[in-house]
Amino acid sequence: MQFFFEVLIGGLLSGIMYSLVALGFVLIYKASGVFNFAQGAMVYLAALSVVGCMEKGAPLWLAIILAFVIMTLFGIATEKFVLRKLVNQPPIALFMATIGLAFFIEGLAPMIFGNDPRALEIGIVDEPIEAILDSAGMVISKFDLLAAGVAAILVTTLALFFQYTRIGRALRAVADDHQAALSIGIPLQHIWAIVWGVAGFVALVAGMMWGARNGVQFALTFTAMKALPVLILGGFTSVPGAIVGGLIIGASEKLAEIYIPPVMQSMFGGNFGGIEGWFPYILALLFLLVRPEGLFGEKHIDRV
Amino acid sequence: MLYREAGQFKTSYAADQQLFPIRQDRIGILVLLAVAFLGIPGMASEYWFSAILIPFLIFALAALGLNILTGYAGQLSLGSAAFMAVGAYAAYNFQLRVEGIPILVSFLMAGVTAAGVGVLFGLPSLRIKGFYLAVATLAAQFFIVWCLTKFPWLSNNSSSGVISAQKVEILGHVFESPREKYLLVLSIVVVMALAARNLVRTSTGRAWMAVRDMDVAASVIGIRLMPTKLLAFAVSSFYCGVAGALYAYCYLGSVEPDGFSLEMSFKILFMIIIGGVGSILGSFLGAAFILLLPIFLDVTLPWLAGLFHLPFSNATVSHIQMLVFGALIMFFLIVEPHGLARLWQIAKEKLRLWPFPH
Repeated sequence: MQFFFEVLIGGLLSGIMYSLVALGFVLIYKASGVFNFAQGAMVYLAALSVVGCMEKGAPLWLAIILAFVIMTLFGIATEKFVLRKLVNQPPIALFMATIGLAFFIEGLAPMIFGNDPRALEIGIVDEPIEAILDSAGMVISKFDLLAAGVAAILVTTLALFFQYTRIGRALRAVADDHQAALSIGIPLQHIWAIVWGVAGFVALVAGMMWGARNGVQFALTFTAMKALPVLILGGFTSVPGAIVGGLIIGASEKLAEIYIPPVMQSMFGGNFGGIEGWFPYILALLFLLVRPEGLFGEKHIDRV
Repeated sequence: MLYREAGQFKTSYAADQQLFPIRQDRIGILVLLAVAFLGIPGMASEYWFSAILIPFLIFALAALGLNILTGYAGQLSLGSAAFMAVGAYAAYNFQLRVEGIPILVSFLMAGVTAAGVGVLFGLPSLRIKGFYLAVATLAAQFFIVWCLTKFPWLSNNSSSGVISAQKVEILGHVFESPREKYLLVLSIVVVMALAARNLVRTSTGRAWMAVRDMDVAASVIGIRLMPTKLLAFAVSSFYCGVAGALYAYCYLGSVEPDGFSLEMSFKILFMIIIGGVGSILGSFLGAAFILLLPIFLDVTLPWLAGLFHLPFSNATVSHIQMLVFGALIMFFLIVEPHGLARLWQIAKEKLRLWPFPH
């Protein structure tokens, strides 16, 4: 039983890491209706720029600021050179454009900063908390707790930003209805640039957490693959959905990895590990059949 | 002047309904087929067959399959490579386990098996669409590849799921040299491409296009969404499945599940974006473009680097390749969303008047 809880908590905490990436998707989707497939690549770019700047001799804080500047500039450039030209195209065309963008970044980033895997030191080590290990015998990583804390702060900040600032209100207006927002004088293009900047910031946070944990390497782009089922489960338009979805996906994936392969092995023989790759997808898919808009997504009504 | 349909009167229904109603198109297609069947086998070298022509035809077939689903029926799929994998492994198992089955029949059954799996993963399309569906097809991509790796029965207990294709034998003749394999692949692709061209103008094809343009409206005018969408998934996966079988039997010879990666699915998607979404011709143009571009870059980049005395490594080539792919996708979506096929169409419009535009 204790083992079960250990796996569960480990899963929940790694789910938070997925949520960090998923948040970036949600932000852009909410504000511009673009499903940004390149978010994973942006996470990679952000982590690489931090490491790259540090290699050039910048201290951590400066590297983070520089990376933030890079991400913001990049976001603005994306908006200006790609998305603005694709206004009024069907959403699926925009989606495919972001796939192209992902490839573009995945080619460009390693050319600038080098592609060998590197470690990112942010001062927290990935080791169990001794107090819990001693008292309850469970392994809970300090690092995972930190990630959870960061996610909590990030979500709170974003929620406050959306709720109480002028820009946040404008963002919500744009998300609601582009035309109406334009007609009351909200500058759509500034807003989109800001959204991409914010998404870049979220990617930076996610990139630092993932990079510190697994090293800064090309595999970071696959974090997007982990975030997609989270999005489906939580709903594309909901920030809390991204968090709750991440928790569910993280926990169920780790539990499934522990408990399903032995069952299958006893049925068919052979080794059935590595189901983490698809289990979240199948879970999200089954969930979709019941609730197509996700847990917290807005119900979509079609009109002819 | 050269390409003008004026004066071509149709006096029978058969003439009106033929696949290529314009005489110049018919001649063009015949010339193309003659070159492909008679000209190329005489001229091309072994390298051309096995490294360029055969993969081009196979990927064109897969792109055709995806184009039916995405371009005509409007359901975005990111799992085409997985359906190719199903085809490859199904063909292998039919050959292995059914005594004396002709290879063409097992290719056909490979397509049918892939179609069945495609329908299964197409089921969510009845409830969801757009990106949700794209993500759902990713499930197919990961799940199928995992299954092929982990169930030893599917690959006849070989380690890590690698299969080696049996020899291709039709009516006692063994297809061994690249030239023979090319002719086999070419015949299959031509038949299937013409079938696809015919299919998309039937009521089924028109129903797909109606669903693509707006599915609610399509259902209002009496198109049953469920059979229409599922049929699109079935036909598309059938094409991908046959392409996968050919990929294993006529191109690589031995394949592993991980070879049918997400990257390959993206590549096929890029083919139809660049070639032209919703165009049979586009699938071929796109496949040619996507396959030739890396070769072109491989050749020109080191030369360019040498010209400017820049340091250069193979890793850089692959990065530049990705970068160029990404940039091209965005470029095409912005500048010419209908792809290379649209350019061809524009050229035909011009040819109508050329060389006397007034």
